[in-house]
Amino acid sequence: MSLLKVEGLEKSYTADKQILKNIHFEINAGELVSVIGPSGAGKSTLLRCINRMVEFNEGKIMFNNHDVGNLNKKELRNLRANIGMVFQHYNLVPRLTVIENVLHGRFGYKTTLQGLLGRYTEAEKERAFYLLEKLGIHEHAYKRCDQLSGGQQQRVGICRALIQEPKLILCDEPIASLDPNSSKVIMDLLKSISTEMGITCLVNLHQVDVAQHYSDRIIGLNKGEIVFTGTSHELYEEQINKIYGSKTEDLITA
Amino acid sequence: MNEKKMRKNRWQTVIFLLIIIVLTYLSAAITSFNFVDGLATIPKAIGWMFSNLMVTQETLDKLPTILEKLAETTFMSIAATTIAAVVSLFLGVFGSKVTKVNNFLSVFARFIASVSRNIPVVAWALVLLISFGQNSVTGFLALFVGTVGFLTRAFIESIDEASQSSVEALTATGSTYFQIVGKAVIPQCLPQMISWVLFMVETNIRNATLVGILTGTGIGYTFDMYYKMLNYNVVALVTLCIVITVIVVDLMSNYVRKVIL
Ligand SMILES: Nc1ncnc2c1ncn2[C@@H]1O[C@H](COP(=O)(O)OP(=O)(O)O)[C@@H](O)[C@H]1O
Ligand SMILES: [Mg+2]
Repeated sequence: MSLLKVEGLEKSYTADKQILKNIHFEINAGELVSVIGPSGAGKSTLLRCINRMVEFNEGKIMFNNHDVGNLNKKELRNLRANIGMVFQHYNLVPRLTVIENVLHGRFGYKTTLQGLLGRYTEAEKERAFYLLEKLGIHEHAYKRCDQLSGGQQQRVGICRALIQEPKLILCDEPIASLDPNSSKVIMDLLKSISTEMGITCLVNLHQVDVAQHYSDRIIGLNKGEIVFTGTSHELYEEQINKIYGSKTEDLITA
Repeated sequence: MNEKKMRKNRWQTVIFLLIIIVLTYLSAAITSFNFVDGLATIPKAIGWMFSNLMVTQETLDKLPTILEKLAETTFMSIAATTIAAVVSLFLGVFGSKVTKVNNFLSVFARFIASVSRNIPVVAWALVLLISFGQNSVTGFLALFVGTVGFLTRAFIESIDEASQSSVEALTATGSTYFQIVGKAVIPQCLPQMISWVLFMVETNIRNATLVGILTGTGIGYTFDMYYKMLNYNVVALVTLCIVITVIVVDLMSNYVRKVIL
């Protein structure tokens, strides 16, 4: 049974330009699926439609048997609590400590007052330290986030997503600001999150080789349309050219 | 191409300088201000300052009253600034693109900020004098209004700049609006906000003197009174006290800044 099902999704920010056109796909629980495509293809927009950080215009998104487009305020909060998100620029609060940033991931389950007063249960705190240890950054727990390297900050971001105990994690170019070594650490982590913890990952990437190496399935996006879906092995030169716009095509249009 | 552009730039500079020189000359001619005469009076003015603005033994008797007025003015400035800071915090949060509740409140906050900021504090004092008369409420309000304008603008900019990304992240975790503002935006922006508030405290202590002359309260009134009595020795003492206070406040706020940033 699919965890996420997108049907006929359409999105435009302005009347004159459609960003996403008739998007269909399904993702099963525990899969790691990559979305690849040139910049401006609509990858970030697609990801943000799923947790309604961006409101879509047409189509239907079903997540865990809930109609994403049809939720009241409380249900939307609950949806977001069940979906983690990881960003290219980590999006932490730089002046706060690592552990504080991780615990922010619990706000979705708390009342406003509990959140403001920082009332976390013992179990939540233990879980936070457990995750930090698992990701190898527990010795930095009380450091301010702006003192950490990019790779370490991204691991904090992943901890914040994991402590939500999400069914799905959306990653928007998680390695685009990292060096090759840190990139490998982060991608290995995402892979083990999907295989060992059974958490579904939908990852925007722009490196084709990384996508091929780590994904169960790949979705190729070009100018807001899906031009490829399949496994890494089914992604040949021809399809890559189709996704990124082939050289011969460029010559003809130029 | 490039050389042409550079030559054009050089011509623009020359023309610009010529215009400034002509304007300066014209305005001097119109106001019959003679630059050379102006310069010539400077040594005389300094000589006058040295002979008249001396703190003498008998003026020191006035010191307790001066200090009392000075304390009153200082605390009034601090009160006006802190209360304005609280109001500005709300206006700043509502006004920022990142944390706005709705467009109406955002435009409203920005409108308040620009109206109150673009009118000088002295002008506010004069306007408020008409409705509130010569008393300390007028001075307080003048400082308050000007400060709200300035701080709201500064807070909006701090928030816009510092918290876009974490607001996005916390929204995506399902956090509520007040959780986001209280636990991400404020902690991130607080040091900068405090820094702005300290800056306004300093500015307002200086402004309060001027406003006090108009509203007839505080140290400004003391200054004005002795000035009109031609008691320049006391005027000198008052000025000295104000300068010392401003320097002390300046040093203290620099220290606080160093600790929090
Ligand atoms: N908030 C927005 N308002 C208007 N246009 C936007 C907005 N966000 C993205 N776009 C436009 O949508 C298109 C796709 O952007 P995006 O989803 O960020 O692509 P990608 O992540 O693949 O680079 C771009 O042309 C971009 O200019
Ligand atoms: Mg993007």
